[in-house]
Amino acid sequence: MIAVWFSLVILCWVLFFVLEGFDFGVGLLGPIAGRDDHERGAIVRTVGPFWDGNEVWLVAAIGVTFAAFPDWYAALLSGLYLPMVGLLLLLAVRGVALEFRGKGDGERWRRRCDAALTAASAGIVLLWGAVLGVLTHGLALGQDGQVTGTGLGRSTAPLLTWPALVGAAAALFAALLIGAMFLTLRTTGPVHLRAQRLGIVLATGGAVGLGATGFATGSRLVLVAAILCVGIAMLARTGQELLAFAGTALGVAGTVVAVFTAHGDVVLRSTLDPAWSLTMTGAAATDSALRLLSIVGVVVLPGVLVYQAFSYWVFRRRVASERVPS
Amino acid sequence: MDVLDLTRLQFAVVTIYHYFFVPLSISLAGAAAGLQLTWMRTGQEKYLHLTKFVGKLLIVTFAVGVVTGLVQEFQFGLGWSNFARFYGDVFGPTLAIEGMLAFFLEATFLALWYFGWDRLPRKLHAATIVIVAVGTVLSAFIILAANSFMQNPVAYSLDPVTGRARLDSFGELLLNKVNLAAFPHTLAGACMVGGSLLLGIAIWRRRSDAGFAPLARLGAWMTVTGGALTALTGDHLGKVITEVQPMKMAAAESLYETTTGAPFSIFAIGDISGGKPFFSIELPWLLSILAKGSPGAEVQGIDDLQAQYAAQFGPGSYVPMIPVAFWTFRLMIGIGMLAMAAAALYLWTTRKGRELDESRRWSRLFLRFLPLIPLLPTAANSLGWIFTETARQPWLAFGISRVADGISPGLTSGEVLASLLAFTAVYGIVAVVWLRLVRHLSRQPLAPPPVEAAAEQTAVPVY
Repeated sequence: MIAVWFSLVILCWVLFFVLEGFDFGVGLLGPIAGRDDHERGAIVRTVGPFWDGNEVWLVAAIGVTFAAFPDWYAALLSGLYLPMVGLLLLLAVRGVALEFRGKGDGERWRRRCDAALTAASAGIVLLWGAVLGVLTHGLALGQDGQVTGTGLGRSTAPLLTWPALVGAAAALFAALLIGAMFLTLRTTGPVHLRAQRLGIVLATGGAVGLGATGFATGSRLVLVAAILCVGIAMLARTGQELLAFAGTALGVAGTVVAVFTAHGDVVLRSTLDPAWSLTMTGAAATDSALRLLSIVGVVVLPGVLVYQAFSYWVFRRRVASERVPS
Repeated sequence: MDVLDLTRLQFAVVTIYHYFFVPLSISLAGAAAGLQLTWMRTGQEKYLHLTKFVGKLLIVTFAVGVVTGLVQEFQFGLGWSNFARFYGDVFGPTLAIEGMLAFFLEATFLALWYFGWDRLPRKLHAATIVIVAVGTVLSAFIILAANSFMQNPVAYSLDPVTGRARLDSFGELLLNKVNLAAFPHTLAGACMVGGSLLLGIAIWRRRSDAGFAPLARLGAWMTVTGGALTALTGDHLGKVITEVQPMKMAAAESLYETTTGAPFSIFAIGDISGGKPFFSIELPWLLSILAKGSPGAEVQGIDDLQAQYAAQFGPGSYVPMIPVAFWTFRLMIGIGMLAMAAAALYLWTTRKGRELDESRRWSRLFLRFLPLIPLLPTAANSLGWIFTETARQPWLAFGISRVADGISPGLTSGEVLASLLAFTAVYGIVAVVWLRLVRHLSRQPLAPPPVEAAAEQTAVPVY
């Protein structure tokens, strides 16, 4: 039962990272794939109807984590206090910039919103990547399940470790790639061409980088990722955009699953003493709370997936990025 | 300030700020749905323009509500992890269910509505905004159930092994009598906020765009109706609170001695915490009526309750900050009534198509004041929440968990201070930008310019 709920928690996080992943990527790519105000407007419109619904997956993910594993939620958020606050504030700036861009007046307003959007998206991607990196490594949990320390360094020190830095770099790469694939899929004209070229370059570069890392470390997971990158590059080159995007989404999903299941039934590893790690059973809520959630998960979640899919279907047409001659 | 006070302050800042936008989202969604249905029934273009205008206000407001609401969901783990551990069984599922049941509905269907004008069949399109409106109400009901647990813990038992709260019945948690009283009160207050915003904008724009005229009356009606319902539901909520948290109502009146036929003071000068104020205007029997519904009823005083709680829960102070409770309670009522009176006055002076005579001085003053009317219910709302939450002290969940026990154990004051400053700065900037955007949107002509650029090409489907 607890394992089922753990899978559901992971599913929510996977959906968040995949769906918001391309939102962040699109935000990042604004100045790269869009040359002028008009093209950047087209880029923002590719995620306009979706980002809000996508962001609710974070609400669902953190809510389900809280509901099913209150101890995990408590240790993770209070242990990574400042990075989490930073993420929330950047998410606030990102969402507001996205939504306000088209409502204001004048190019200067839109330029400011674009700058805020790109900067916030970059910050979010780097921070989430670092947090996921920290998750693979663990936190300095004491015997009482708390991260100890003093001052600002208590919750920021884990970000200055190798796993966090690798995580941040990987997330930046993944967001750019999935963002480029999403833009390729959703646009026409010059933005489409630029996004496609960028996607091919990124996937090829990723294949080379991951391949080299895979051979050097002997990690099968990294080699699989490298092969996936080769496939994505080939699909993008032959114009099979939906498949290329799906492949990228698969890669992101696989990575998130790998991070969350890296230590078996240990949900949060203690770097001080393995015995102080937080396990799935140790962090779980009571049976009655889990039963309640099961009903909701079985009844409500499929409905959510259906109407979200419906919204993607309604807005299935591409956004034109070429100027209509007047 | 120590870590505890700073963390409390931070929670107060982000929560009050979030609540500037929530009531607006609830009432603007309802107003947009109502206007669109009116347009479909009457076929009059003016309602379509107003629907789209309210929709723009809604979408920028909703965006701020979403990003600040996200913070709320993380707060319990960030600053209050011991509370999250203790209360996780009750609070976690409630938050998760709110997200999955209501929040997804709101976010997905609001986007479908806003971007779907020419993509969805007419009736389906109208249904999407109705779904959004229902979603906001559902959201409020579930979240208020979580808050009501903190005022009046029900539907739980304490686990003898872990010492934590365990949820016994979700249905009972939702039907907490505090929730059943607080939910309509909150909705009525929300109606006032949205209504007064529409009234304020319409008055501001009435000269340059005649299309805003129906909006002024709609806004005024929403404010007056919302005001009357706020008073009625508030009266009922007061009686429920007297029953479950007698200390809160005693603090609201700074009533120290248990009194039969207790009066209600409208205004007081001097020491209200402990001694006798040297000047106060009192209405006889009113507190007894407010608290128990009968002029001769006995209302428990602070001293008696303190003695009773000390015997029940052990030594310590169970008295909240009296001046805060006393004044927030009064100001909430007074400011709310002022907003309602102003809207009623507007309706009366403009009845049967009359117009305010601007050659008269008071009319000019009144018209100059009306654009500021949205500030009043907003202030009343915030004061109401400050009253509800501070007069609950020292408890987190009344009678079972104290504020000092809920804080994250490892938290350092440097972290909280840094985050408090960051939240204040970013939220401040967002508020300024939101205000400027609302002003900008309100300045646009209601009827759209004849040619709008096609946003999406129709020729190339993606999937």
